[in-house]
Amino acid sequence: MAIEVRIPTILRNYTDGAKAVQSTGSTLGELFANLDSSHPGIGGRLVEDAKLRRFVNVYLNDEDVRFLGGLDTPVADGDTVTVLPAVAGGAPDAARV
Amino acid sequence: MRFDSLLDSLGHTPLVGLPRLSPSPSVRLWAKLEDRNPTGSIKDRTAFYMVEQAEKDGLLRPGATILEPTSGNTGISLAMVAKLRGYRLVCVMPENTSAERTQLLKMWGAEIVYSPAAGGSNEAVRVAKRMAGEQPDWVMLYQYGNPANARAHYETTGPELLADLPGVTHFVAGLGTTGTLMGVGRYLRENRPGVAIVAAEPRYGELVYGLRNLDEGFVPELYDESVLTTRFSVPAEAALRRTRELLAAEGIFAGISTGGALHAALGVAAKAVRDGESAEIAFVIADGGWKYLSTGAYEGSLDEAADRLDGQLWA
Repeated sequence: MAIEVRIPTILRNYTDGAKAVQSTGSTLGELFANLDSSHPGIGGRLVEDAKLRRFVNVYLNDEDVRFLGGLDTPVADGDTVTVLPAVAGGAPDAARV
Repeated sequence: MRFDSLLDSLGHTPLVGLPRLSPSPSVRLWAKLEDRNPTGSIKDRTAFYMVEQAEKDGLLRPGATILEPTSGNTGISLAMVAKLRGYRLVCVMPENTSAERTQLLKMWGAEIVYSPAAGGSNEAVRVAKRMAGEQPDWVMLYQYGNPANARAHYETTGPELLADLPGVTHFVAGLGTTGTLMGVGRYLRENRPGVAIVAAEPRYGELVYGLRNLDEGFVPELYDESVLTTRFSVPAEAALRRTRELLAAEGIFAGISTGGALHAALGVAAKAVRDGESAEIAFVIADGGWKYLSTGAYEGSLDEAADRLDGQLWA
């Protein structure tokens, strides 16, 4: 078992075009660090100054991790993590309708 | 039950348990059947409250024209209320909403102005605001910023829910204008300390987002993030899957956005089970499935149905 990470089109150049990759970790931050080891460069597109980048939205089993604990959110085998680009305009936490 | 008129019958909708979809006897799901309102959606509450407030404020006089950006249900509700109260209604609606919505709006006498599909609801709002500037005597009730929208849920939906389910631990609803979540959320937080308020936001395909990236992210004026405990982002495929599960397991024929709310409700249910906690989770059936038959949501495989929905606004 592992954790599935779904990659948006804009970041698939780091995953040889793969839409989803497997990784491991006990927190989201660890998961992204391990992801960066197997797909060098992708970590910097997700994390900046030990925080989630502003224009990236990350969902754990479809729940917004900004409400859970950001990079400290615990993750476990069988979880699915989805990465999506946020809507431009500087309001990644904004409601979209 | 007897009422003096259709509008008097609004609200007081049933709350029904979902014994088959609930994961255990101590983690239970409850559905508030808002499709049992006069025009078949939760928006009847919003429309009635907004019109009544505008009448009290002296904004609406007999024969006045109401203008509203809406992807459907609010327009249908407003068309009904406007017809009964003697107003003309002009709706601005994205061109990629379902065919039934157009037919229903026209049936109740509304006039429709289409906005480009590319900008979604955001573009409909922009077009309506521009038209309002050109027609100063028209009244835009503006559901995204009208406090009467949230107040409808604070004064009716929330109290009904708490009366029927005093032990409610979670309230889950779709995030659109945010009126339901803000109104019910504030009421429950004041009267049921510790309750979790959970938003289910539709996640559209990259095509829609790609085009939307030209926009600034639109935040409804009613939205106050501090009311929410957490937020789920629900892809079309998951919303469709849950809509079908609701029908197959519990016999409830709901619209697609309800599948999104159920997805979030099942998400918090799974966490309660994992953490060994009991939970009474209420979510909103915003409307029935009738208006979405032409989208093919209920036919063929999930993948086929999801493909058909691609590029359409489903919530």
